Amino acid sequence: MFQLSEDQRDLVAMVRDFATSSLAPHAVEWDQTKHFPIDVLEEAGSLGMGGIYVQEDVGGSGLTRSDAAHIFEELAKGDPTIAAYISIHNMVAWMIDSFGNTDQRKKWVPDLAAMTSLGSYCLTEPDAGSDAGALRTKAVRDGDDYVLNGVKQFISGAGCSSVYVVMARTSDTGNQGISAIVVPAETPGLSFGPNEKKMGWNAMPTAQVIFHNVRVPVGNLLGAEGDGFGIAMKGLNGGRINMGACSLGGAQWALDQTVAYLKERKAFGKPLIDQQALVFELADMDTELETARTMIWRAADALDRGAPDLVKLCAMAKRVATDAGFSVANRAIQLHGGYGYLSEYGIEKVVRDLRVHQILEGSNEIMRLIIGRTLADVH
Amino acid sequence: MKIIVLVKQVPDTWGDRTLDLRTGWLDRGSSDSVIDEINERALEVALSYQDGNDAEVVALTMGPDSAKDILRKALAMGADSAIHLLDGGLAGADLLRTSEVIAAAATKAGFDLIIAGNESTDGRGGTLPSLIAGRLGVAQATYLDSVVITTDAVSGHRATENGSMTLHSPLPAVVSVTEQSAEPRFPNFKGIMRAKKKPVTVWSLADLGLDAAAASAHSVITQTSPRPARVAGTKIVDRGNAGVELAEFLAAGRLI
Repeated sequence: MFQLSEDQRDLVAMVRDFATSSLAPHAVEWDQTKHFPIDVLEEAGSLGMGGIYVQEDVGGSGLTRSDAAHIFEELAKGDPTIAAYISIHNMVAWMIDSFGNTDQRKKWVPDLAAMTSLGSYCLTEPDAGSDAGALRTKAVRDGDDYVLNGVKQFISGAGCSSVYVVMARTSDTGNQGISAIVVPAETPGLSFGPNEKKMGWNAMPTAQVIFHNVRVPVGNLLGAEGDGFGIAMKGLNGGRINMGACSLGGAQWALDQTVAYLKERKAFGKPLIDQQALVFELADMDTELETARTMIWRAADALDRGAPDLVKLCAMAKRVATDAGFSVANRAIQLHGGYGYLSEYGIEKVVRDLRVHQILEGSNEIMRLIIGRTLADVH
Repeated sequence: MKIIVLVKQVPDTWGDRTLDLRTGWLDRGSSDSVIDEINERALEVALSYQDGNDAEVVALTMGPDSAKDILRKALAMGADSAIHLLDGGLAGADLLRTSEVIAAAATKAGFDLIIAGNESTDGRGGTLPSLIAGRLGVAQATYLDSVVITTDAVSGHRATENGSMTLHSPLPAVVSVTEQSAEPRFPNFKGIMRAKKKPVTVWSLADLGLDAAAASAHSVITQTSPRPARVAGTKIVDRGNAGVELAEFLAAGRLI
């Protein structure tokens, strides 16, 4: 568990080649022009990145969550935003693969796995974020259809995705009244808000998804009515590991840049790396990332094994890795001096990108709530 | 159609590459070992044909035990099987010995077409494909910028100093390709995971019916020395006749 297998080394080597040649050279430009590189995502799909832990019979790669943690860290070294979108997309593909019936899996998953069609996950609403159980989007049964009305907020990929997995209320019974329903992009009544202006994650669209009498067949329901909240939370366990891994990758890249810069930059007659105060700072940054990496690998292993404490470990890993990632990247700006503040160097972009990882897939306050509840329940 | 693609483990060109000055051999410990980039292009030529046609692609390497890593990469990219020519008696093999061994292996394995890179990034001999074709007694078409394979023939373009030429040959044949030939694909996740399950045949010199005691090199390295430090280049300052001086400099170096 604490050493990559030969297979994992080969997987990571390929992802490194892909991230180095297809993501990194464009990351700053995509951020500045708010360009969502659908063609590059399709290339990623052809390499197996659209369904990393999706079963092979529907085009998935059939890999483990531990494999995925390594893959997302490496992708994020090229561009944390694109890596993060690929994580969200994978969550959608995995949900349909895991909770869909045979027809649903065959209908939607192969194109998602190939990334010839993209997926969006629709849970959060304008008035329901951390308190996801308070969501109000309704899906009302009408004959053989559900009719959806409501608004989803902060939806990654909105407007570009072909498949939306929507958590909607099929009854007024709290968490148990939520169902997961697949809504294809072409469905009449589905529309999108304007692309949000935001601090980071500019290389992917974020917008409201608006449902106005959107009618889909009941055959689009994943699992049974009322399963939605459980499906949403299960998806987030893996999403938390991936976002933590993306934070690690972005921050590791920033640290690597910083070490190279301090070796090269001279002040007061010697390279900055010779200043012990700065080396101590680098040592702290490296230690924090390695600590977080250990947590991520352990949580991924727990998820692969279905360990009883997996929810807690995923929450802990997400909190530790996303906090460490932002903190390390932010300090990388400081160590780059004025150059760190220039967009050209890419450091400030990574800091802006990693900031949101502390907020999404369950904010880090919610992570502490999840962890704390396990303690309160035990005693 | 059976295509053998020759692959070689070389030091990564991104790092410093050094010789062991005592033996005159490559110091394999001083840098990462990778599949030679040009071999990936040769493999891509074969795989592109395989994508639309019935073909078996075999990656063949001669090298130490660690060379199995690059065979795994070739298998991950899509080769069907691999052959590893592994024998302690092959250490330090020169081009003549290498061509003899590879030709024997190709004969034993059987082939319609052999595809190689035009030259390796470490040895840079550039003659191995020709030597192998000579030993096998088959046609050769080397330094191809593009390759077209059909069921019974191979053709391609070669750039020359003054233009280009088109070469055709019936099969069996040996071709070598340049950096212009093809952009290699990334192996996908499934390919990587399946690579380990694909067959890798290991042949020793005895398996090939070759004399294990024969010399691996026909020449002897008597002296090696480190590369001299770089010195400043020639600077021509224009005092009215810089053009002439520049032309003379280039002519003296046989560059024009």
